[in-house]
Amino acid sequence: MELLNKKPAGLVDMKMHYCPGCGHGIVHRLVAESMDELGIRERTVGVAPVGCSVFADSYFNCDMIQGPHGRGPAIATGIKRSKPECIVFSYQGDGDLASIGMGETIHSAARSENITIIFINNAIYGMTGGQMAPTTLVGQKASTCPAGRDTKVNGFPIKVCELLTPLEGAIYLERTSIHNAQHVIKTKKAIKKAFQNQIDGKGFSMVEVLSTCPTNWGMTPLDGAKFVAEKMMPLYPLGVFRSPEKEGGAN
Amino acid sequence: MGEKILMKGNEAMAEGAVRAGCRFFSGYPITPQNEVPEYMSWRLPEVGGAFIQAESEVAAINMIYGAAATGIRSMTSSSSPGISLKQEGISYCAGADLPFFFANVVRGGPGLGNIAASQGDYHQSVRGGGHGDYRTIVLAPNSVDEMGNFPMKCFELAEKYRMPAMILADGILGQMMEPVEFKFETVDPKSRKEKGWELGVASGRGKRIVKSYDLRENELEKINFIRMKKYQEIEAREVLYETRNCQDADLVIVAYGTSSRIASAAMKMARDKGLKVGLFRPITLWPFPSRELAKMAEKVKNFLVVEMSMGQFVQDVRLAINGQAVVDLYARPAGIPASEEVFAEIEKVYKKIKKAGPVKKAAATPRPRSVQAPVKKSKPAAKKTATKSKTPKARPVKRSTPNVKRVKAAKKKGGRK
Ligand SMILES: Cc1ncc(C[n+]2csc(CCOP(=O)(O)OP(=O)(O)O)c2C)c(N)n1
Ligand code: SF4
Repeated sequence: MELLNKKPAGLVDMKMHYCPGCGHGIVHRLVAESMDELGIRERTVGVAPVGCSVFADSYFNCDMIQGPHGRGPAIATGIKRSKPECIVFSYQGDGDLASIGMGETIHSAARSENITIIFINNAIYGMTGGQMAPTTLVGQKASTCPAGRDTKVNGFPIKVCELLTPLEGAIYLERTSIHNAQHVIKTKKAIKKAFQNQIDGKGFSMVEVLSTCPTNWGMTPLDGAKFVAEKMMPLYPLGVFRSPEKEGGAN
Repeated sequence: MGEKILMKGNEAMAEGAVRAGCRFFSGYPITPQNEVPEYMSWRLPEVGGAFIQAESEVAAINMIYGAAATGIRSMTSSSSPGISLKQEGISYCAGADLPFFFANVVRGGPGLGNIAASQGDYHQSVRGGGHGDYRTIVLAPNSVDEMGNFPMKCFELAEKYRMPAMILADGILGQMMEPVEFKFETVDPKSRKEKGWELGVASGRGKRIVKSYDLRENELEKINFIRMKKYQEIEAREVLYETRNCQDADLVIVAYGTSSRIASAAMKMARDKGLKVGLFRPITLWPFPSRELAKMAEKVKNFLVVEMSMGQFVQDVRLAINGQAVVDLYARPAGIPASEEVFAEIEKVYKKIKKAGPVKKAAATPRPRSVQAPVKKSKPAAKKTATKSKTPKARPVKRSTPNVKRVKAAKKKGGRK
């Protein structure tokens, strides 16, 4: 019998704690496969966030550090500048990256730190029980905006890729999704490219992945995938926002 | 080594850190410590290290968290409000058992306060400062020479015990110029060995994790117990202090950092007038020289604490002395005392001591002690000795028999409390 698919070496063989239909597990696998294929696993250091993926430090089979809420890019900066031979990535949710850690995100991009950021946008705070995130859609219900996000009270959602696009240091910005197989494959490509940029010493790369949180959205996994395609994608268009191949970056 | 260089305190501290093998610095500007990042910005690249001006103190300390996790000697510095912002990160480093060195060049507070020298961050420094049960090693220099030599000490202690170690200075120490002689061999980081926990290129070995959490309740407690043992070991082994003229003293001034210099000048004035005054200067504020003070209180019945804060430091002195002697306080919470002022205070307290003579006599007779100590006479202190405590054995603390007699006598006399 031929083995067609196996667990990537970049993942520790253990059960993950994520809810059924959650996007974190899928993206974990894509990051691990990318490390395997690029042959960088043994020189990669990952930064796990505070959020549902706090245990990423257990799941990835490479050196890992678990950081305070939002500070991933600063920690990654400290590691990369101390050991430039390492490949460093920071894995973060939207509360972590776009709210408490917005300063670190913008400034690591502005400095063009040669790091890779994997940004999971599930439009809600998962770990703390479904509070509003900076990426929560207008009208979307969350435990701290039970009647739905009202712009007069809660302001507008933040589009992180668009926000970072004017920064010259942001070498590679792409937004993808994992709501179906085709997009999972595209996301894998983007993640691999974000690592390749770092290997080539190009500078700051971030992949924003539209992801799912069926638990806190109060949906079935299937409806969750539909929510991404129908509600999130119109607000957060997929595509490459900046890339090292493009003159001036932005597209 | 051997060469004396005229330097500013802040620059001496930066140079001392570089010579001690520091190869990573991240910080955010704040007066009165700006010379440190300024110095590091050109000095570190010169030796192949990295300097980053971070976007905030919060980012700076988290860069340190990352850098320290790779095993590199790393440093950050700031002043009061900046240190407050760094406390979360310091707590994470303490929780992850990571060594690094940081300096607080204290200014006046609370809030924005002012940029004058102060000792107002005493409690924040010696009680951990951030959230959770943890400690940081705290060294308090009182000269530019010590500003230059203590970074090495901090790195050594930080790595020995895998925890943050800090220098608590102030604007005067940071800004003044004095000769410094670096009294240690310059460290070449390349010659330093792998520690077995640092993150980096794995090649063949298993993965390593640096984290400060353990969500399993009992497991976290176990780790905290281990850390507590480590802290007790430090308290037994790493205390540093200095004594001057304490041998025959009726009154001992207790002061650290800049206050200790002022107190020293006041002590000289007093000695010139024939008053028997000595000086006790803690060098490590945590671990605090409690045993040494308690031992001194067997002989000396009157202490005067001089501090540039509202009676924070005096609390540790009183805890140490535990009712064995009178501890008076001269506090300047938003100002720098002149030596004449301190001398005037010494005269005042001295008069009080003389007036309360019989109490002193009574106290001199054997009486129950609240802190049990060996009966033998305490060694006379040398004129100026930077004393390292000789790994004293932990002494049982007996609190059942306080100095009731003496307290009563003092009440009768009035004046003493
Ligand atoms: C300083 C600090 N503030 C708040 C928290 C509480 N907290 C933990 S996770 C989280 C939100 C995480 O949301 P997100 O980053 O979107 O990740 P998700 O759980 O959705 O994957 C918050 C607010 C914390 N741990 N630390
Ligand atoms: S709460 Fe949401 S983000 Fe967290 S594991 Fe469950 S589905 Fe995933």
